[in-house]
Amino acid sequence: MKKCKSASELASLREKLAAARDPKKPTIVICAGTGCLAYGTQKLIDNFRAEIAKRKLEGTVDVRTSGCHGFCERGPLVVIQPKQIFYQHVKTEDAGEIIEKTILGDAVIDRLVYRDPATKEKILHEHDVPFYKKQMRLIFGMNGQIDPRSIDDYIAIGGYAGLAKALAMKPEHIVDEVTKAKLRGRGGGGFMTGWKWESTAKAEGSPKYVICNADEGDPGAYMDRSLLEGNPHSVIEGMVIGAFAIGSSDGYIYVRNEYPLAVTNVTAAIESARAYGLLGENILGSGFSFDIKINRGGGAFVCGESSALFASIEGRAGEPRQKYVHATDRGLYDKPTCLNNVETWANVPPIIVKGAEWYASIGTPGSTGTKIFSLVGKINNTGLVEVPMGITLREIVFGIGGGIPKGRKFKAIQTGGPSGGCIPEKHLDMPVDFDELSKVGSMMGSGGMIVMDDRTCMVDVAKYFLKFLEQESCGKCTPCREGIYQMRTILDRISEGAGEEKDIELLEWIGTGVIDGSLCALGGTAPFPVLSTIKYFRDEYLAHIRDKKCPAGVCKKLITFTVAADNCTGCTACARVCPTKAATGEKKKVHTIDQATCIKCGACFEACKFDAITIS
Amino acid sequence: MADMVTLTIDGRRVTANAGTTILEAARDANIDIPNLCSNEELHPYGSCRLCMVEITHKKRQRLVVSCIHEVAEGLEVKTATERVLNVRRLVMHLLLSRNSTHPRLREIAAGLGIEKSMFPVDYKGCILCGQCVRVCREVVGVSAIGFKSRGDTRAVATPFDEPPGDCIACGSCHYVCPVGVIPMEEKDGVRRIWKTDFPMAKCSVCGKYFAPVKQLEYFRKIANLPENHFDTCVDCRSTKK
Ligand SMILES: Cc1cc2nc3c(=O)[nH]c(=O)nc-3n(C[C@H](O)[C@H](O)[C@H](O)COP(=O)(O)O)c2cc1C
Ligand code: SF4
Ligand code: SF4
Ligand code: FES
Repeated sequence: MKKCKSASELASLREKLAAARDPKKPTIVICAGTGCLAYGTQKLIDNFRAEIAKRKLEGTVDVRTSGCHGFCERGPLVVIQPKQIFYQHVKTEDAGEIIEKTILGDAVIDRLVYRDPATKEKILHEHDVPFYKKQMRLIFGMNGQIDPRSIDDYIAIGGYAGLAKALAMKPEHIVDEVTKAKLRGRGGGGFMTGWKWESTAKAEGSPKYVICNADEGDPGAYMDRSLLEGNPHSVIEGMVIGAFAIGSSDGYIYVRNEYPLAVTNVTAAIESARAYGLLGENILGSGFSFDIKINRGGGAFVCGESSALFASIEGRAGEPRQKYVHATDRGLYDKPTCLNNVETWANVPPIIVKGAEWYASIGTPGSTGTKIFSLVGKINNTGLVEVPMGITLREIVFGIGGGIPKGRKFKAIQTGGPSGGCIPEKHLDMPVDFDELSKVGSMMGSGGMIVMDDRTCMVDVAKYFLKFLEQESCGKCTPCREGIYQMRTILDRISEGAGEEKDIELLEWIGTGVIDGSLCALGGTAPFPVLSTIKYFRDEYLAHIRDKKCPAGVCKKLITFTVAADNCTGCTACARVCPTKAATGEKKKVHTIDQATCIKCGACFEACKFDAITIS
Repeated sequence: MADMVTLTIDGRRVTANAGTTILEAARDANIDIPNLCSNEELHPYGSCRLCMVEITHKKRQRLVVSCIHEVAEGLEVKTATERVLNVRRLVMHLLLSRNSTHPRLREIAAGLGIEKSMFPVDYKGCILCGQCVRVCREVVGVSAIGFKSRGDTRAVATPFDEPPGDCIACGSCHYVCPVGVIPMEEKDGVRRIWKTDFPMAKCSVCGKYFAPVKQLEYFRKIANLPENHFDTCVDCRSTKK
């Protein structure tokens, strides 16, 4: 490929590539995101290719491997274009049948069609699946249209048009546009991106650095990973635009060490962008030069924190440093630095292409655009969802997420990653927006959402997150290192029935001190899960303390498993799964559980089909 | 002359050189702010969080650590608001749970009305102020010790917990430790530190053991002085003409 030396050369290349993408040509789009690959999708891809070759259809049917579609739990996912037939849980051996029936013929394979778990209705087309229907896939939707390894795909659907447009603008106008779009950082803090760019542009010192934070260490979160893996060029394009606006020639992408596919795809994308003249020296003949290096993460959650991230790139221990000078003035190597999250960067090209006004019209006045969330926990549809800001939590949980499985009751949703707060039912109609989430004691964070049902114990939840943060605290400053540990010890005590009423006040007092006193935002937000559960579920804490009971039936020291004789059919299921042989009984006779040997693992409860095991 | 700025600390007008920290400015004005990890010879570190103060600048109020935050014109500093005191009390309760006995800690705690930690004491001695690690790296320049592990298992250690290869046995860490928990002993011409024995050198004049051989070797290498400068102890060096 020869370099594009101008915007018009890029435009004519796009025309050529788009023309070659015949929208009527049958195409098998196979999701090759990490989620689907984990189900053995590679074999499915190979088999599709083999089946096509067998039928000599290479010229007439295309196979496209794409980035993550978000609905990972239904993987492997296949979409047949242009008919838009959506198949889920596709097995390797289904490839031939799909080609025969759905591509060559006009039939739909019933068993691969998605059924709405709520209505049992069959849904043929991807865009009609409720999980997708209520989303607004501005950023993430492109994943399904492109092969992440093909810069041609990205250019064909309009990629790098934002860059071409930006290079013809004055740098300060680009910054203005981003400010007017009111784009806020997606990495946690929600800082105004335009302001950050402006400060870096105005700061004295050179070189100036532009960095993409792809350290994503929150347990269960993988939106940044899926973007980098599925559409690396959108992030690169955003960074080049940002670099031009700021006046930077050096960029870094700091990728979490456990993301090998992201590293591979980004590396390939950087190389092809260079080859096309979209990165490196004299980009699109504009005279502007900028290049990107990839840096593998330091392997700790805290390395995602800005000052720790800089230290890590500089080759020092990834530990936060207190500074009262902004990174925009003195960041990496003490030079002006603009650090933005993966998703933040990916939002830049559409803003430039379609304009700030269009962008700001999406969402709420204070939080514009869309946000990608990872929706997990006790919810029917789990996966990655992209929604306009301002959507209510209820729409996410019950509309997109399809509600709580097994008809159980919604209890709380935790947003914002490990140090986010737990939001109860009464706030479900609240719009999802940076400021609203903070008001109820939680945060947007990086976009984790964990749904909890009535069998989740809030003391246990608080303990779980605190345990994670305790292990991830770097240990540099006293409040975070020692305070989180002490809070976790108190929670242990409460969940074992040894808590006292004054422990609640004590947790609140320590929590406030840890928030106020910690050096970085890890400690500065760590107490949120505890404080928010105390705020909204104080009764549950009191039940543990006063009545020595765990109402949700989770805290092992406070519960007993017994057999309800009326319901027991003597099926022996419990006896077979019990690891300590505490559940015993003869066939067709009522079983019993020996309390002395029961380790309260709950295996019998899960195994019993007759609701005969009761927790009390 | 450096630019001067005027600020108020606890209502008192104070002038200080631009670029000094609030802690330094307060010290010069005889206003006491308790601190444990700060040391004038070392880069500020901000880890103990004891020196927190509440500042109001351009109408914005917030907590900062005074050992790092620099003075500014018109800055209003309050060293003992309830929020500040609560952080300090928490820090002292937490530190006393690691080291319940050291007089300096007990004195700071007493100043905050704390007699003993509200948390169970799990005696570790070290309060992780990092002064030893920093003095070794920043002043001595050898980085023989560092931190290992994270969270509350963090500890000062030699690499791989083995005898420290880069250690020159100068004892700076021992002297700088605010709670005196780095043992160092000298007996029969051997200095023992970090569980390692270092032979001492005898003064070529008075014949007394005066410094570890390794330390002298290191000094000879980095100092631009005659080779034999380090053959004699400091006493004999100063009397020798
Ligand atoms: C403990 C900790 C971990 C963080 N991890 C990440 C991360 O993985 N990715 C990220 O983009 N930001 C992370 N952040 C936030 C960054 O410090 C920074 O605010 C962000 O990258 C700025 O980008 P934005 O303005 O686009 O949000 C973390 C912050 C803290 C305190
Ligand atoms: S708040 Fe926690 S993670 Fe941050 S510097 Fe302090 S100990 Fe380290
Ligand atoms: S050993 Fe002493 S100087 Fe070193 S970190 Fe611990 S308390 Fe501080
Ligand atoms: S002296 Fe300032 S944080 Fe320790």
